[in-house]
Amino acid sequence: MTSLAEANDALAATPDAGARNAVAALQSAAQAPFYVLDEHPHPAGYSTMLGFWIYIMSDCLLFSVLFAAYGVLGGNYAAGPAPKDLFDLNLVALNTTMLLLSSITYGFAMLAMQSNNVSRTQMWLAVTAFFGLCFIGIELHEFTDMIREGATPQRSAFLSSFFTLVGTHGLHVTTGLVWMVTLMVQVGQRGLIEANRRRLFCLSMFWHFLDVVWIGVFTFVYLMGMLR
Amino acid sequence: MFENKAAILKFIFGRLTLDAFPIHEPILVGTFIVVATGGALVLGALTYFRLWGYLWREWFTSIDHKRIGIMYMVLGVIMLLRGFADAAMMRAQQALAFNGSQGFLPAHHYDQVFTAHGVIMIFFVAMPMIVGLINIVVPLQIGARDVSFPFLNNFSFWMTAAGAIIVMISLFVGVFARTGWLAYPPLSEYAYSPDVGVDYYIWGLQVAGLGTLLSGVNFICTIVKLRAPGMTIMKMPIFTWTALCTNILIVAAFPVLTAVLALLTLDRYVGTDFFTNDFGGNPMMYVNLIWIWGHPEVYILILPAFGVFSEVTSTFCGKRLFGYTSMVYATVVITILSYLVWLHHFFTMGSGASVNSFFGITTMIISIPTGAKMFNWLFTMYRGRIRFELPMMWTVAFMVTFVIGGMTGVLLAVPPADFELHNSLFLIAHFHNVIIGGVLFGMFAGINYWFPKAFGFRLDPFWGKLSFWFWVVGFYFAFMPLYVLGLMGVTRRLRVFDIPSLHIWFIIAAFGALLIAAGIGCFLVQIGVSVLKRNELRDVTGDPWNGRTLEWSTSSPPPAYNFAFTPIVYSTDAWWDMKERGYHRPLTGFKPIAMPKNTPTGIILGTLCIAFSFGMIWYIWWLAAASFIAALAVGIAHTFNYSREYDLSADDIGRTEGERTHLLTAQA
Repeated sequence: MTSLAEANDALAATPDAGARNAVAALQSAAQAPFYVLDEHPHPAGYSTMLGFWIYIMSDCLLFSVLFAAYGVLGGNYAAGPAPKDLFDLNLVALNTTMLLLSSITYGFAMLAMQSNNVSRTQMWLAVTAFFGLCFIGIELHEFTDMIREGATPQRSAFLSSFFTLVGTHGLHVTTGLVWMVTLMVQVGQRGLIEANRRRLFCLSMFWHFLDVVWIGVFTFVYLMGMLR
Repeated sequence: MFENKAAILKFIFGRLTLDAFPIHEPILVGTFIVVATGGALVLGALTYFRLWGYLWREWFTSIDHKRIGIMYMVLGVIMLLRGFADAAMMRAQQALAFNGSQGFLPAHHYDQVFTAHGVIMIFFVAMPMIVGLINIVVPLQIGARDVSFPFLNNFSFWMTAAGAIIVMISLFVGVFARTGWLAYPPLSEYAYSPDVGVDYYIWGLQVAGLGTLLSGVNFICTIVKLRAPGMTIMKMPIFTWTALCTNILIVAAFPVLTAVLALLTLDRYVGTDFFTNDFGGNPMMYVNLIWIWGHPEVYILILPAFGVFSEVTSTFCGKRLFGYTSMVYATVVITILSYLVWLHHFFTMGSGASVNSFFGITTMIISIPTGAKMFNWLFTMYRGRIRFELPMMWTVAFMVTFVIGGMTGVLLAVPPADFELHNSLFLIAHFHNVIIGGVLFGMFAGINYWFPKAFGFRLDPFWGKLSFWFWVVGFYFAFMPLYVLGLMGVTRRLRVFDIPSLHIWFIIAAFGALLIAAGIGCFLVQIGVSVLKRNELRDVTGDPWNGRTLEWSTSSPPPAYNFAFTPIVYSTDAWWDMKERGYHRPLTGFKPIAMPKNTPTGIILGTLCIAFSFGMIWYIWWLAAASFIAALAVGIAHTFNYSREYDLSADDIGRTEGERTHLLTAQA
């Protein structure tokens, strides 16, 4: 405050208008510079984590629409099979275990990445991909069994919404697998450079997100379906 | 042998046969001849003047947000012509189809026309213009060098353009949807619409919607992460605020559209039962879901227009915006409320009195923050030195028109009244009243306001004023009669009428459409004349309107790096504050700046998306599969490119800035 008052006094004391302006400009520039002189540019990938979070939230909305559709249509069996006739909880429990294990092993891959160990990172990624593949394999097995029994997506609105919700999750896991293989190659080519670490982080978020969605599927579709 | 040949043809072309080309429809043949000749002329001119390389290097593969913004605007203006042609055909049809006349459009054509009009105006005119303005202005307003994800920005544009192209293809190959712009099932189900129309609709919107979603993510990140130092969230310019809210709405609404269209796709392609009448399907779920996207979409469009009006009002009244804080809160409240009103689009569904009352009340509440905004603009004008330049004229026209549209909106929000007015021309008049009077006037205000920033010369005011008066007067002639007709019980989407006493209102509305046509014509002439007279209209200062926000602090058009030095912000009106404090441009001490490299990946992926969609629409499975795999490969290959930036040297920046100094001193 004092300095501002002093500046004002100095200004009032200056007779010439042009000089007064110049003095004012110099003073305010000194107090409050117009621009950054010593600029440090944003590092590469400065917004990537935030952006990827926002993308995941949008994906979350997509799943919530599918959950809502299942909530509305899940009881419309159209005189066809109901969850109790179709679901094999033992198989689903095994499937869930595969996906949860893959999340743990992805965590190990990230730990290996933190300790800068390329081959161990790749090894854990491979283990993760293996569990992911098992998950997809078991899911496909479950689907084909159901379709063979005549419980096709066309049979009833319940089955339409079931196959779409679970299938969309499976499609996401498949995408994650393609991404994982790509990253294993890229880590192999360039090592654990900053850009690759960022990508591994993004895939990590994506993979754990799919886990969270699966918990929802397991609870609302399978467990509550058996109670229905 | 013959059967074998048919099977091969079916494999190669799917369900695409020669019948798909509308050679028996004179209107379409005529349109095709005009489009083909025009297209050939443009392509020929581009080849003759050897502009392909320039376009490819400087525009199509550009990741500069200003260039991408301009491409969005060009797309929006081109599609406006198509959307308006549809509107003019509807007005002409309805004016003619009286006294036993069937008009000139057969039913199957008329139904396509009103569907295409709605789809194109919302998705391919309003959206590109909104995103285009945001692209051009927001990074400059927040003192950033580019957006957070420059490549993604280019990709988003090409996805939007690809969606527009898919919809345009339906004009000459096959048909478009005959379902109305939201394609309600069961009409849009395979059982009732087995032709390609709805498939064109679905794939066009899916491709464009993905682009919009990604651009939403991009701009949220840009605004959150890349603001200049000192620009706290309550010092952001209002247009940036509205852009932030709009992009949040985009990210929170477009996934719902993607999902609901995907479910409709499954119903049509796989035979699932989401929205069918039998096997437990529920068509009303579609209506709920699509409006959960659709209502926020309305605010996605109008909020940036509100932002434009705020910037224009404070600039052309020479005052800071009245009630900045309340303006921000009003914007945020509208953002949240826009999610709680979707059911007012179908009060007549029969949800019961309690549900209808809830949504009726939330709808009416939205008028409160909107009213607050209106008063803020009025109080900004009060005792301001108003300069009635074109942007300000559009703003005043908006204020008058939008208030009328808002009032009829509150009227429709009353469920009992809505039961009378639902699906009538009163509704049509209402939403055109707010979309033309709000969004479109906002875009014209924005175009006239920021054109000098994007191109370095002003738009010609004479032709602009002509366009303004034709548009505004034409709007009232075209849509006020629809209020009257709606109150008399005329429903929307009707092709032929029996009551002669209604005829005069349709004639007046058609006359209004003619005036609007003149308005569009004058706008195109305005741009042409301005390009010809660009030296007269040139602005070298970069600040032609005595502006208040940071975009006016750099040159017009801005250099690729936007700002040689990142400005520091102390006030909401940062540039005004800098001018007040006697800002001098720095002339030395430049440092190299890292810039993103151009890439053709966006346009390649866009093209592959068109091929994929075309294959899906016509059941040409090999094409769909091949282009899908190709797109995947291109996408993955792109991630193997690690060198995406280059350094713009201090010398280059010094040279660019030196040229500007030269121009400024020459003018002084």
